[in-house]
Amino acid sequence: MYTPEMKELIKKVEETRPQRVGVDFPRMTPEERTEVLKNYHPDFIEEGFRPLKIGVNKGENAPQELADLLEARSRLEGVELNLEEVAYDVDVLVIGGGGAGAAAALMAKEQGAEVLLVTKLRFGDANTMMAQGGIQAADKPHDSPPIHYVDVMGGGHFTNIPELVRALVNDAPMVIKWLEEMGTMFDKEGNGTMVTAHGGGTSRKRMHAARDYTGAEIMRTLRDEAINRGVDVIEFCSAVELILDEEGKAGGAVLYNLETEEYLVARAKTVILAMGGAGRLHYQNFPTTNHYGATADGLVMGYRAGAKLAFMDTIQYHPTGAAYPPQILGLLVTEAVRGRGATFLNIDGEQFTYHLETRDVASAAIIRECVGRKKGITTPTGMVGVWLDSPLIELIHGEGAIERMLPAMLRQFSRFGVDIRKEPMLIYPTLHYQNGGLLIDEHGQSNIENLYVAGENAGGIHGRNRLMGNSLLDILVFGRRAGLHAAEKSKGVEVKKLTLDHIDAHHRELEENGVDTAGRVSPMLLPRYTHREVLETAVE
Amino acid sequence: MAQVEMVDIYLMGKKYSVPESLTIMDAMEFAGYQLKRGCGCRAGFCGACGTVYRIAGDYELYVGLACQTKVEHNMYLAQIPFFPAVKAEYDVDELTPSASSLATYYPEIYRCIGCNSCTNVCPQDLNVMQYVAYAQRGDLERCASESFDCIMCGLCASRCPAHIVQYHVGILARRLYGKHVLPPAPHLQERVEEIKAKKYDADLDELMKKATDELKELYNSREIEK
Ligand SMILES: Cc1cc2nc3c(=O)[nH]c(=O)nc-3n(C[C@H](O)[C@H](O)[C@H](O)COP(=O)(O)OP(=O)(O)OC[C@H]3O[C@@H](n4cnc5c(N)ncnc54)[C@H](O)[C@@H]3O)c2cc1C
Ligand code: FES
Repeated sequence: MYTPEMKELIKKVEETRPQRVGVDFPRMTPEERTEVLKNYHPDFIEEGFRPLKIGVNKGENAPQELADLLEARSRLEGVELNLEEVAYDVDVLVIGGGGAGAAAALMAKEQGAEVLLVTKLRFGDANTMMAQGGIQAADKPHDSPPIHYVDVMGGGHFTNIPELVRALVNDAPMVIKWLEEMGTMFDKEGNGTMVTAHGGGTSRKRMHAARDYTGAEIMRTLRDEAINRGVDVIEFCSAVELILDEEGKAGGAVLYNLETEEYLVARAKTVILAMGGAGRLHYQNFPTTNHYGATADGLVMGYRAGAKLAFMDTIQYHPTGAAYPPQILGLLVTEAVRGRGATFLNIDGEQFTYHLETRDVASAAIIRECVGRKKGITTPTGMVGVWLDSPLIELIHGEGAIERMLPAMLRQFSRFGVDIRKEPMLIYPTLHYQNGGLLIDEHGQSNIENLYVAGENAGGIHGRNRLMGNSLLDILVFGRRAGLHAAEKSKGVEVKKLTLDHIDAHHRELEENGVDTAGRVSPMLLPRYTHREVLETAVE
Repeated sequence: MAQVEMVDIYLMGKKYSVPESLTIMDAMEFAGYQLKRGCGCRAGFCGACGTVYRIAGDYELYVGLACQTKVEHNMYLAQIPFFPAVKAEYDVDELTPSASSLATYYPEIYRCIGCNSCTNVCPQDLNVMQYVAYAQRGDLERCASESFDCIMCGLCASRCPAHIVQYHVGILARRLYGKHVLPPAPHLQERVEEIKAKKYDADLDELMKKATDELKELYNSREIEK
């Protein structure tokens, strides 16, 4: 519930609302965009990053919190483990039960491979489940994969790897078709035409949605299908290190049963890392939209085994994280809210930026409004934010539009006393997505033989900035490609003697480079929030 | 900053004093738990955190999602993070969109006694009993629509005297409806065929070769659909 002081401020929003209907704030020029990013985006805060002291990307910048984990000791140090004692022996080992992992497992299974999927929490407890806004694909007549290509490259500031973007946009309609054939309930018109909308940075309306439960609908469908198809799944089972064979190829992983706290060896001909993002590392103290298990484990394990990282110094802050009520601090307000026409307003009820700028630009513009221009709204717990004028959606699309198009948002805010049909939302940027990750090629292969990477822990597709709706897409495009290729590849693979020598080498490298690990071990697996009151953020 | 109001809650019977503004999930962590089970998205989307609670002096049992429910004074609570329900295995391609498909895999839907416990406990405020009734009748459209916002937390099944696993019935209905009843998108089919016929390959190859400046030019002069 808003406080009386906040309700007073909302009156200004209501006053200016009638004049704002149907009037777009001008888009920024390319120069203006560059300037606001340089001055206000967290990626440009120097203290937030440091050069890595070890590994293939030595000398390159990574967020401090991630560098801490990359430069830490293995959990297996001092653990008795016999690599000959193999608990699971499969063709394809998929690590991570989100959308990328499920897609990979399904495709590998379809190729006749024996597939094991292990995941840290439950199957589907993943960022994929939380995606609300939608998934992009150029499948309408006035749109095309080449048009999509240009949008993706522009969104990524032209740093994306062209081969990966090509795969992304050209496979996109196939992915949607695949989902449709599994019975995924996309929003459709009567004759089957997909209802599609804009997202930040799109030039065509190509965002497909399933109400505002798009990720959930995709995830539960894939999960249901994976179980139906007989994919073996082990839940509450984390991978903690990759195992290589004596030729330096991937040969499996060490698993950790979260219940019994035992370590187990899984041997596999090919391994697919699909462990998702890193939001729970809370870079620069930002709150996050990510699920509980988003702790960069895939990056840590892959890097230690010698896989190369790309674009690690670029993080996506979602412009619209909830700043109020405090119980949902940092949680996502789906981009579909601005996609449907809600605009950003400052304390005076004035618009200060075009509502569909790309995420990085919109985030920087909001931080500028609050921190630079001091025109944000302060909450009782000392947070600051700007308004996102959701009632405008009802004016544009008619009464009942929010209930119909945004039921998850309506529900989440109303649980804590805010009716977004009548009152604007208070938002501030939140840590959302890892633009970079382990570098892949168009089949999802890393630079280590037989090691594949798919989903948010892969890097290169989005360059320095991902557009909304392209991540759900990428996890399926590259999850499918990795699953296919890994299954095919596995047919010709003979796994040699397994070793963990790379872990010893990693420890030696830490010592040789004088890294003080200060007792840190990684991967993190679960964040530690014990005795914490509420998350504090970067903003005072 | 305002004074923090504290309330007492009981976890596994032990008393802890926690700030009243916290959700049950945050409160458990505040009390010192490192959650392993019963915690997924932390945002009301995954259904990992179903919680049963009672307030001192009230005999009634309440349920909620730990990540979406605020603590209350004298709350006694326990989590049911895993519910051992049966999920049928089927091939949606081979099934017809009918009551009989649902009945084959989940015959217990006809044992519903109309107690409405499922609807009463649903943290998403869905009319669960109603969608089971639609399932019984083979009204897939309504069953799919009514159950759509289900996050599969399992609280409904945990309270059902007829042992119905409502959320699994819901997803089967939705998949049957999505696959066999909703018409496939014609423009999607067309585009897929075009791509298979390599219609865009040349253009994409061309774009891949473009220098950044040329791409920038294209990007900055894009025509934006209204
Ligand atoms: C709130 C939110 C909203 C979003 N909205 C959109 C949207 O509208 N459109 C869009 O395109 N994208 C969206 N995204 C981004 C997108 O959802 C994710 O980037 C994508 O789903 C990631 O998929 P994934 O399979 O790579 O990772 P995840 O879905 O996160 O799955 C990773 C899995 O790996 C498991 N795991 C992690 N570590 C280990 C380990 N050590 N051992 C075993 N298992 C492990 C995790 O528990 C998890 O189950 C959103 C993201 C969030 C958080
Ligand atoms: S943790 Fe996902 S619904 Fe509560």
